Amino acid sequence: MQFLIDNFDLFWDAFLTTLSLSLLACLVALVLGTILAAMRVSPIPPLRGLATFYVETFRNTPLTVVFFFMIFGLPQIDFVIDFFPGAVLSVGLYTAAFVCEALRSGINSVSPGQAEAARALGLTFGQSLSQVVLPQAFRTVVPPLGNVLIAMVKNTSIAAGFSVSELSSLLPRLVNASAGDLTAILIGVVVGYMLITLPSALAVHRIERRVAILR
Amino acid sequence: MTTPVLFDVQGPRARARARVGTAIGAVLVLAVIGFVLLRLGGNGQLEPERWAILFDPASGVPQALGRALLRTLQVAVVAMVFATLLGLLLAVGRLSDHRWIRVPVSTVIEFFRAIPLLVVIFALYFVLPKYGVRLSTFTALTGGLVLYNMAVLAEIFRAGILSIDKGQREAGFGLGLRKSQVMTLILLPQATRRMLPVLVAQLVVLLKDTSLGFIISYLELLRQARGLVEFFNFQFGDRYSFQLYAAAGLIYILINVVLSMVARYTERRTNRAGRKAVTAAPADQMGAGAGAP
Repeated sequence: MQFLIDNFDLFWDAFLTTLSLSLLACLVALVLGTILAAMRVSPIPPLRGLATFYVETFRNTPLTVVFFFMIFGLPQIDFVIDFFPGAVLSVGLYTAAFVCEALRSGINSVSPGQAEAARALGLTFGQSLSQVVLPQAFRTVVPPLGNVLIAMVKNTSIAAGFSVSELSSLLPRLVNASAGDLTAILIGVVVGYMLITLPSALAVHRIERRVAILR
Repeated sequence: MTTPVLFDVQGPRARARARVGTAIGAVLVLAVIGFVLLRLGGNGQLEPERWAILFDPASGVPQALGRALLRTLQVAVVAMVFATLLGLLLAVGRLSDHRWIRVPVSTVIEFFRAIPLLVVIFALYFVLPKYGVRLSTFTALTGGLVLYNMAVLAEIFRAGILSIDKGQREAGFGLGLRKSQVMTLILLPQATRRMLPVLVAQLVVLLKDTSLGFIISYLELLRQARGLVEFFNFQFGDRYSFQLYAAAGLIYILINVVLSMVARYTERRTNRAGRKAVTAAPADQMGAGAGAP
């Protein structure tokens, strides 16, 4: 335990890195995921095809491989990206595919009458999507979306393999520095993740209860 | 499940607009692809001779990648078998009538579902040696995958067993079967059929997650590619890096696409036979720690 207290700064920094990585990636994933979902139901076939291609590719690519291309592949076309932004982009782009799928299932669960009514009122595709369908879709997909985002927080741990000093990376880094208390470090790391995931799960539950639509 | 139609059948003007949009989109996509190819070409990455190394047995590259693929599949298969067996045990344990079994089993399941897979692997690889247990990278990676996925699979099995109509169970007891007989003869066979699609989906996730071996230097595809790059860099400089990375990544994507297709096939088959697939289970395919805590 003493070790944890002595190295509190180290843990705090790592925790903040994981937290900011999660929040930024979450932002990327939500924005891009929404755009992708809109593309997948849009009237223009090539847009649908493009979004489908994106989702299928990323769903079948291990996140480690995404990281790998981001860190080692991009420099080959003369883009050198720093480790932290690279991690944010990797996790964000990867999660966007899952956000898109969750949202699309939400769009599918909105009763067809709503979309028909919107069209009967003369709303355009953009209007009916943004004013009528998506607001309802978002409310039904709170639980699956929450699951995706909480899984994403756990996925940020892969950044440890690509030189981002976030929570998990403490284990290999401190393994030689401290002969003693590795178990304490492990507990610290686990607690760090739970400090993010448990409140998120609670928040998801609260939001779900508040916005749920009874059908 | 059909998508609600959000747009009317398009008239001439809307179609014209869509065509213009399509053209602009196509130009943009082509521009991006062209730009990437141009950059690659500019760096000489597209020379056929550089790609030939991937297929030239004399360079040792195809053999090395083949062995790496084999090692990846080894981990995946061993982990799949153990995770499925342990997951089944845990699921039955969690449904037990005895509190002293149910509570610890539930704790184990929830614990492993709550922490990132990589942390489990790190714990096995870095922390256990402090207690005198030194694991190889193979054992650590496989062990981590087993521990994590058994918890996820246990929940899938549990959802499957719970989804069986309770009349089945009661009928079993009515015939005078024991609890273990009801489980093995009546509930599990029906449950297995229902949860097969989710099960296969989770096994695909497991295969994806073997790529984490890269981080603890298990010689799976990515690490092998990195090793080859370092080896070739020594002789030729940065000449073959991109090709090797691309090959390793593409092999990964390819085997995952194939397995996903198998998953979708089992799902279709299960649905076609008029049985409903389990949907309540945590069936997301994110990998590396999917599922809420």
